[in-house]
Amino acid sequence: MNSFYKKEDKQLIFRLDEEIDECEVQKIRRRLDNEIERYMPKEVIFDFSKVSFMDSAGIGLIIGRYKLANMLGGKVQVTNMQEPVKKIFDMSGISKIIEEVQYE
Amino acid sequence: MNNIYDNEMKIEFLSKSNNEAFARIAVAAFIAQLDPTLEEIADIKTAVSEAVTNSIIHGYEERIGIIKLICKIRNKEVFIEISDSGKGIENIEMAKQPLFTTKANLERSGMGFTIMESFMDDVEVESVLGLGTKVTMKRKIKSNSQNEEFAIATIRREE
Repeated sequence: MNSFYKKEDKQLIFRLDEEIDECEVQKIRRRLDNEIERYMPKEVIFDFSKVSFMDSAGIGLIIGRYKLANMLGGKVQVTNMQEPVKKIFDMSGISKIIEEVQYE
Repeated sequence: MNNIYDNEMKIEFLSKSNNEAFARIAVAAFIAQLDPTLEEIADIKTAVSEAVTNSIIHGYEERIGIIKLICKIRNKEVFIEISDSGKGIENIEMAKQPLFTTKANLERSGMGFTIMESFMDDVEVESVLGLGTKVTMKRKIKSNSQNEEFAIATIRREE
């Protein structure tokens, strides 16, 4: 996973790796939280362009970061979801609270 | 040997988180012989991942135990059985409820069974407290009919 912070827009972007399951989530969760707490971004954007697999662990990951970002006055957005990821996302109902945005 | 299935495989592995990927990839490779669509493969992989993760996180919690995975094929149907000898589920009906989780502290979303049930045609859960849990799932592969329709449409166009 790589991440970068766009200072002018106060955007923190996480480009996630290919497969998001419980194993991956355990590895990256703390790093995501550290970076969110460090930058206090206005927008946390999860870029799924590389992700070909995600299960419910990914949903838990997004909801957890949504709570943290909210508490710090920011919001979470998602972008570049491929079909299998989108399916899980929509089914879980979190698409109601988390906005999907266009991002290059 | 009498076997009503066309093909069958069985693997056993430790309840380690990095085996989630191993389990779903093994199943995907095995069912490739049925010529499933990418969507069917993705659905089945996700369901397997959910069941295996449940065994690791809930069945065995922090302990290391053995997870058994059996995959069978008959005609165009896939049968998957995932079992553990972990602590078992106290209330299966409650566990199946969307958003229900006993491990909110681990950020479990409570969507595991919901995903299994919507991605597979049939899901059955048997569990005995202290002895373990077995999840049995079925999914019919429809891909060939779609491919045939596509082939027919292409031929017609060429005519």
